[in-house]
Amino acid sequence: MAFSRRQFIAGTSAFALATPALVGRALANDNIIFASILDLSGGLDIYGAPMAETTKMAIDDINAAGGLLGRQVELKLYDAQSNIQLYTQYATEAAAGLRAHTVHGGITSASREAIRPTLARFNTLYFYNTQYEGGVCDFNNFNTGSTPAQTVAKVVPYVMNKWGKKVYIVAADYNYGQITAQWMQKFVKDGGGETLGVEFFPLDVTNFGPTIQKIQAAKPDLVISALVGGAHVSFYKQYAAAGMNKEIPIASTTFGVGNEQTLISAEEGDGLIAAYSYFEAVDNAVNKDFLGRLEARLGAGRPTMNELSVRSYEGAMLWAEAVKAAGTADRDAVIAALRSPLSYNGPSGTVTIDPKTNHCVQNVYIAEAKNQRFEILESFADQQPADTQLVCDLVANPNQNVFLFENGLEAAGIKM
Amino acid sequence: MDQIAALIIQIAYGIANLALISLGLAIIFGMMRVINLAHGEFLMLGGYTVVVATNNGVNLWVAMLILAPLVVGVIGVIVERLLIRWLYGRMVDTLLATWGLSLLLIGIVTSIFGASTATTVSVPIGVIRIGEYTVSGYDIFLIFVTLCLGAAVFAVLKLTKLGLVARGTMQNAQMASALGVSTSRIYMITFGLGAAVSGLAGGLLAPVTGVLPTIGATYIAKAFITVISGGASILTGTAAGSVLLGGINGIVAYITGPTFGEVALLVAAIILLRLMPRGITGRFFRKSL
Repeated sequence: MAFSRRQFIAGTSAFALATPALVGRALANDNIIFASILDLSGGLDIYGAPMAETTKMAIDDINAAGGLLGRQVELKLYDAQSNIQLYTQYATEAAAGLRAHTVHGGITSASREAIRPTLARFNTLYFYNTQYEGGVCDFNNFNTGSTPAQTVAKVVPYVMNKWGKKVYIVAADYNYGQITAQWMQKFVKDGGGETLGVEFFPLDVTNFGPTIQKIQAAKPDLVISALVGGAHVSFYKQYAAAGMNKEIPIASTTFGVGNEQTLISAEEGDGLIAAYSYFEAVDNAVNKDFLGRLEARLGAGRPTMNELSVRSYEGAMLWAEAVKAAGTADRDAVIAALRSPLSYNGPSGTVTIDPKTNHCVQNVYIAEAKNQRFEILESFADQQPADTQLVCDLVANPNQNVFLFENGLEAAGIKM
Repeated sequence: MDQIAALIIQIAYGIANLALISLGLAIIFGMMRVINLAHGEFLMLGGYTVVVATNNGVNLWVAMLILAPLVVGVIGVIVERLLIRWLYGRMVDTLLATWGLSLLLIGIVTSIFGASTATTVSVPIGVIRIGEYTVSGYDIFLIFVTLCLGAAVFAVLKLTKLGLVARGTMQNAQMASALGVSTSRIYMITFGLGAAVSGLAGGLLAPVTGVLPTIGATYIAKAFITVISGGASILTGTAAGSVLLGGINGIVAYITGPTFGEVALLVAAIILLRLMPRGITGRFFRKSL
């Protein structure tokens, strides 16, 4: 937690000294190296632990099918401990030390922005398999998760149609929450609605009483939440404790990816609506087989699957398909194969790379929480990452590695 | 008018919430001068006791009011015997040791129960309506429990023989020992009581907060700030610190939003400690308990 500068220098210089040895080992090793950096401890492990399980399953599946190009794939899993500094350190180690053929990982947008420039500098192919706020335009980086134009743009009109036009927004206070809240306001306005209030919460807030009062005073028709992490689960509990869940319903772009529906009781969570590119209830043969095999691996106590964990599996599989198509694990050939464009038919349906943005064209589902599970209400096939397409064209200009929504949506010409 | 009434209840709840999460720490830090960085994890263990017990069919009230303090109190006694008792009078060492303990407890709970545990616990008391506004009945219950808990701690320390002996031991352990008091036992009991109060607080908060192995981190800073701002007196200090900081936090959060509410709490604590380095009870109510 608290690292002194001296310790840090000691640690990094020891690492620098050890690097030649690591390089030697990596070169001697004939395996294809797949590095994954996720938060397996600390506050973000509610997201990271299931993602690590599905990543392991993907690598085992690839190796069970004979590996890639006749070689085995070796998984190197790093635990970033919900600590951004470790992300940077491990990304450097994976790229420069291990010479990993690909690095997958990062959960929060903050962690992605910590490692994305490092991996671009080392020319190490990077996959970010998390739903996020859109706007990354990076030739070296594939963002396979859903973005607001795919999910928020679908769920906001749906709930405004169902519940009413006056909206109150609550969101986590860092880049994901801030930018997503701007998207929400845009889509509310596009739908002829009105945003009555927007509030941001530091990640360690557990008392939501004053905000619940303000929501009561503002009398919106619905609340949209982009709250993140374990402490914010308290919002849904306190909202229900004040009897509000019976009066003003909630839609969310984050409820469910940390399996929040199991952390609050059925009477507190029922009726909440969310949109993602995956729910366990997705009805196709690949998903049934996937869930069956997952249960065989991990037993009945397996984690509930959500977009983050399933997309971590699909992201690994997309990369594996690209290596097969390219006939090599070299970065440039794999990127070309991915952008050809490549499709993969996974548990969430068909996912296809969009060469303009290195994002994914994917299915999106709107679902309602019922009895600590999600039931799908509506499906939308093949949704484009239209938000990032507004600002990013890697076909016309491949030499980019930027995050264009860093300062909000003005980059896309959207005024708040 | 309704809104003001509802807001006042909310602010009172914010204050009670701070007092509840700080009281166990105040006992351990105020009486024993042990900086317990595992305090957040004691709260977390209280919450986990409730979640695990109710998942196994135990009544919620029994789990919150009896099992949570009992389990965490016993853990506190074990911790004191194995770890803390070797470190009395070495404040910095207790800080490091309890930090390690905090990491260990998070690790143990994560390896047993995983990164998150499904729960069906929800608030057991209905809604109270004030005109157009609603307030959680459970908030009012928690305010009431916090007051009772304060009264109980006061009664134990002031009116019982155990309380007298404990206060004597904390003031002058050698003299207490010379008078035939087993100071080692008193330390053990005091630490256990502080842990039990933390466990009770964690258990009571389980229905209104997320219960995860890492949730302790969100409490620890606020609990410490409250106790340090309050100063040396256990009860008066915790009460004064909670009223001041919780009140400022609630009002500012209502006017400007939660981010500035948190900032205002911290700024108030910094100014307070600059003006009164020994906390509120270092300047006012010095003879209080």
